[in-house]
Amino acid sequence: MAQTLDQLLVLAQQRLVALWPAPWQPWVAAFLGAAAIVATFGGLFALTTWLERKGLARIQNRLGPNRVGPYGLLQPIADGLKMLTKEDIVPRAADQWIHFLAPILKVVPVLLAYSVIPFGRHLVALDLEAGLLFFFAVGSATEIAVFMAGWGSRNKYSLLGAMRAIAQLISYEVPLVLSAVSVVLLAGTLSLPAIVDSQAGHGWAGLANWHVFTPWGLAGFVLFMIAATAKTSRSPFDLPEGESEIIAGHMVEYSGFKYALFYLGEYLSLFAISGVGITLFLGGWRAPVAWLDWVPSYLWFGIKLLGCIAVFIWLRGTMPRLRADQLMNFAWKFMLPMSLVTLVAAAVWHATATWTFAGAGLWRWVLGAALLLLPYRALSRGLTQRGRFGPRRYRFAD
Amino acid sequence: MDPAAIIAALLALGGAVAAVSLRNLIHCALCLVLTFFSVAALFLGLGAEFVSFAQVMVYVGAIAILIVFASLMTRDPGTDPARAHEPRAIRPWPLGLGIAGAVTGVLLACVGSSRLLPDVATPATAPSVRELGQELMTRYVVALEVVGLLLTAAMIGAVVLAVREPRRPDQEVGR
Repeated sequence: MAQTLDQLLVLAQQRLVALWPAPWQPWVAAFLGAAAIVATFGGLFALTTWLERKGLARIQNRLGPNRVGPYGLLQPIADGLKMLTKEDIVPRAADQWIHFLAPILKVVPVLLAYSVIPFGRHLVALDLEAGLLFFFAVGSATEIAVFMAGWGSRNKYSLLGAMRAIAQLISYEVPLVLSAVSVVLLAGTLSLPAIVDSQAGHGWAGLANWHVFTPWGLAGFVLFMIAATAKTSRSPFDLPEGESEIIAGHMVEYSGFKYALFYLGEYLSLFAISGVGITLFLGGWRAPVAWLDWVPSYLWFGIKLLGCIAVFIWLRGTMPRLRADQLMNFAWKFMLPMSLVTLVAAAVWHATATWTFAGAGLWRWVLGAALLLLPYRALSRGLTQRGRFGPRRYRFAD
Repeated sequence: MDPAAIIAALLALGGAVAAVSLRNLIHCALCLVLTFFSVAALFLGLGAEFVSFAQVMVYVGAIAILIVFASLMTRDPGTDPARAHEPRAIRPWPLGLGIAGAVTGVLLACVGSSRLLPDVATPATAPSVRELGQELMTRYVVALEVVGLLLTAAMIGAVVLAVREPRRPDQEVGR
């Protein structure tokens, strides 16, 4: 019974595909997979906008949306209708084609990225051998979209915002990929389902063998999530929007549904990148303890994803926005060295896996933790001392 | 031939032609991005997953951005209407033809010196990422390290060129 429940979605897809003649079946299967992904994560997007507004309202001692439907639950529908019926304004000087294509190019690669994420046991649209690389490759297309939006609008705030956004995206891509590489190093594969399989089984005290339960994994997960926050330009890294400085950055000249597409793209990439973080470090769709294995795998994935979203909302409600120079300093002087240190710690963990003497597990932990904590202490000391606080002089703006 | 391969090849060719013929530099760069994507699709069609994704990641994610930033931040006298009448230091046509001729010559020499595979050859299995990595870390490790060193040197050089040192070091605060 639990088996059937676990494979419910896979079986349903197989049933539906079997209804079609054989030459059509691969196309129908691909279409079903894509439709399921778009429907699920589109729905999750709607739910998240409501959750976020409610959560932020609670943090700010307000009620949040409470007029449309019970608990304001129909608010996303009202928002969607508003966006659809708004006038679509294109500046006269704008580059019509580039202005038009940018929001599409923002959303499509993100949807492609979902195809390699395993949402449950056997529940992955495309099991690519280089799945993780595919994810990062399609993610890099969003930088082009941001540039097209900023340049095509023919507005100085858009262009400034786009430059800032691209600088941020490129800077945080490095620690993001490097912290993912440590998992690849340990798992020995780039395929996301295989990475989930590498975290199978239960170790000490019945706890799962997730990568996050190792010293390098914990550091890698934190680094990955920080870089993911910056990569999806969420608060406190929402400088690309920076409404108090550059209004809305590259999205200034977008209105109505095109603006909604940018918004959708941002949330979808947030879910996708959280999904990859879950797959890499939190054991993917696996249960945390053995006696909870009967819960269907996709539910575990959903629970973890909602947990990640809750953390992102919490961060947004409680953190002030960084300044542009702080953002860059943080990326290059802290995130990059720390992700390299994490990589070394992961390599040491891998090399010490053959230790068999008494208390080897404890010693591996001590060694890994020391490898991470000492550089962390030195880096954070070095970056915050030496009287670095003072008026900011802008190097390229005077 | 596979229709997907034909579409990708046509897109790659169209993008390449547009990239050299359009007047607007940014449009050219974006057409070049289209070409990069199509070439990645061709690689994918040939079963070279890793090369395809690396192509997208490096060329679309980094090099295309580099190109658009470079064309935004530099001003070519040829596109500046105020200076369009001044004679140029470099004559573009002979230079372009020379480079195109050299590249075509090298390609022709390579194609000419290669041999055709027999038609009924055993289908070669595409090398996996693992094999690629092992080759890179064993057989080609010197080349890999040299490339890494070169790139590091280039990056340090770029930083040195770009950063203007402030005159008095005591003004250097807040960074």
